[in-house]
Amino acid sequence: MELWPGVRLHVVTGKGGTGKTTVAGALALALASGGNRILLLEVEGRQGIAQLFDVPPLPYAETRIAVGRDGGTVVAQAIDPEAAVLEYLQLFYNIKRGGAALKKIGAIDFATTIAPGLRDVLLTGKTGEQVRKRDRDNRFVWDAVVMDAPPTGRITRFLNVNTEVGSLARVGPIKNQADSVMRVMRSPETAVHMVTLLEEMPVQETIEGAHDLAEAGLPVGAVFVNMLQAEELPDAALLSDDPVSTSEIREGLVAAGIPERKRGLVKALHKEAVDHATRVQLQRRERDRLEETGLPLIDLPALPVIDLGALYQLAAAIDEQAPR
Amino acid sequence: MTRPFDVDALLADPDTRIIVCCGSGGVGKTTTAAAMALRAAEQGRHVVVLTIAPARRLAQSMGLTELDNTPRAVAGVSGGGSLDAMMLDMKRTFDELVEAHSDPERSRQVLENPFYQALSSSFAGTQEYMAMEKLGQLSRTAQEDGRWDLIVVDTPPSRSALDFLDAPERLGSFLDGRFIRLIGGGARGAGRGLGRVLGAGIGLASGVMKKVLGNQLLGDVSTFVQALDSIFGGFRARAEETFRILQEPGTAFVVVAAPEPDAVREASYFVDRLTTEEMPLAGLVLNRVTLPPDHSLSAEEAIVGAERLDREGVHSPTAALLRLHADTMRAARRQQNIADRFSAAHPTVAQAVVPALADDVHDMAGLREVGDLMTADLVDTWN
Ligand SMILES: Nc1ncnc2c1ncn2[C@@H]1O[C@H](COP(=O)(O)OP(=O)(O)OP(=O)(O)O)[C@@H](O)[C@H]1O
Ligand SMILES: Nc1ncnc2c1ncn2[C@@H]1O[C@H](COP(=O)(O)OP(=O)(O)O)[C@@H](O)[C@H]1O
Ligand SMILES: [Mg+2]
Ligand SMILES: [Mg+2]
Repeated sequence: MELWPGVRLHVVTGKGGTGKTTVAGALALALASGGNRILLLEVEGRQGIAQLFDVPPLPYAETRIAVGRDGGTVVAQAIDPEAAVLEYLQLFYNIKRGGAALKKIGAIDFATTIAPGLRDVLLTGKTGEQVRKRDRDNRFVWDAVVMDAPPTGRITRFLNVNTEVGSLARVGPIKNQADSVMRVMRSPETAVHMVTLLEEMPVQETIEGAHDLAEAGLPVGAVFVNMLQAEELPDAALLSDDPVSTSEIREGLVAAGIPERKRGLVKALHKEAVDHATRVQLQRRERDRLEETGLPLIDLPALPVIDLGALYQLAAAIDEQAPR
Repeated sequence: MTRPFDVDALLADPDTRIIVCCGSGGVGKTTTAAAMALRAAEQGRHVVVLTIAPARRLAQSMGLTELDNTPRAVAGVSGGGSLDAMMLDMKRTFDELVEAHSDPERSRQVLENPFYQALSSSFAGTQEYMAMEKLGQLSRTAQEDGRWDLIVVDTPPSRSALDFLDAPERLGSFLDGRFIRLIGGGARGAGRGLGRVLGAGIGLASGVMKKVLGNQLLGDVSTFVQALDSIFGGFRARAEETFRILQEPGTAFVVVAAPEPDAVREASYFVDRLTTEEMPLAGLVLNRVTLPPDHSLSAEEAIVGAERLDREGVHSPTAALLRLHADTMRAARRQQNIADRFSAAHPTVAQAVVPALADDVHDMAGLREVGDLMTADLVDTWN
């Protein structure tokens, strides 16, 4: 069965460092599963996707980077804002010479790094174009597009930028494009997913971010709860002040054939148990706060290393839990 | 062999006047800055800490409930020193900068300008620029009235630690640059006039911008630039002046990293950059580290023991605990490896280690604990 039926644009956001790029990569693999063609987009010019999949830096051109779990392909593209500006000028205004001059005086810098509004218009514009792109038989070229998006703090503005543009530019090609991008972004064809850790700050940001997105009329998808620490002790132990008593540890070690070579082993293990219980309780507290949002939660384990194999593991976890 | 970072010596040294905590996002810059500031205050210094985007509960426990851009005394500090804390309000700092440098009429014009509003609240680099600006202000106040003898600054949560050093210059040169002057002048038909002065290509470019951006935006930029000129006489100069504070001998940089490949790579870049800029690096704080517990039970032994308990079907809580211990040992080894690689590349950089606490750091007690751990020479247990 298809994951997220009807959704053709998956936007993956979250607080910095929570795993946006990793989750976007795993999600693309999960969606490709069974023969789909998935486009994975990089929009921040950081080559995070190339690093994740351990391939050479992505060019502006579409590049095949992985196969899905049961066939299917993941194609990646880094939408470089500078190239997008030039392409845009050419497309809409037939400006070639102007492009070079603009570059010389720093106008492209302006548009790409200093005026994020203009840059965001170009990036979301290009994304919308890919989502709608059809082949000769009039079928969509991509079964779904996954974007490794800017962080939560900027996401609403980023996705909503065309609304502002639409009102700034009252007519013309910019206006038309802005309007059609917003139609895609606001439709049920789009899902904005948020990646979080079960810690106070990222959870807070997720809750506030989900609220802002909804308020702006942007469709919120799932919350990916990333780097989840496995709960290693039985439930009753985790909830108690004394998760594993020192006498249990002492007797257990004897039965396990582990001699206490150095004094303090029992005490140290006892502290590990207490710390683990505290961590787990913190995780559960934060998870409860996320549950209150009513959004679907998808748990992803903390893995010891992230490589292609690990991405397939995360993809399998997504496949098991995704709405279908 | 890693050189231990003697944080207490740094805090106690009266010549240390500014401590800048840098690092990539989420590694614990704010926590480290606040913990160092509290520790210095409790050891008798008069400290102000400038925090940026602190976790909500931590902010509350330091009395930072309002984002009012003014340092306020933190309650519950023991000892003979004092601690003031503030949370940076980027927009307000920018507004105040405008107000301080122009008459009410002119500043109203600027503050209401849509281009200024976008610039002051969301443009890339503004937060870094304003953090630097605020640091400059605090440093001048400290020199004038002696209220503080130590300023601890946190840096904005950017993905790259280098942004703190680069963004102000980038923003400054943009605002002073040819381009903005060009489109700024453009609204009064200077697309032609300026074009003659600067060359035909630019005239053409300005025409293009007009087409793309629209006349209204160009008009806003124009008003903004004209007002700006009379107000500041150069953004870049101002940024450069503050930048110089960072190169003075009383300034110390503390680089914060988590024991993860990305964070340590960022820390490495930053350390190299400080060296090229001749900026004084005090040391690296590796935060949220998993230390191997102080006994010799290896991951392998723990697993063998757990399997034996499983086989015999006894003591399942201990078996679970042994597996947990094995995970901890493996994580510790991985992190140690990451730290070793850093040390190999930067053998002269002093390091302190702060273990990951079971709970997050959200009150004064937590900050004290981080301060104690930071100075406990735990880095030795790594080697
Ligand atoms: N489930 C996981 N298990 C273990 N490590 C993970 C997991 N997910 C992500 N990581 C690691 O966490 C780090 C941050 O992940 P990633 O780069 O995907 O985050 P990001 O949100 O894209 O960061 P940025 O905000 O810098 O773009 C990486 O080192 C990554 O390998
Ligand atoms: N040593 C530590 N042990 C446990 N939690 C920590 C530790 N250091 C920081 N934290 C927690 O990590 C989160 C991010 O820390 P913060 O200092 O705000 O990072 P930054 O300022 O670098 O973005 C906070 O919730 C903080 O309480
Ligand atoms: Mg990323
Ligand atoms: Mg911070």
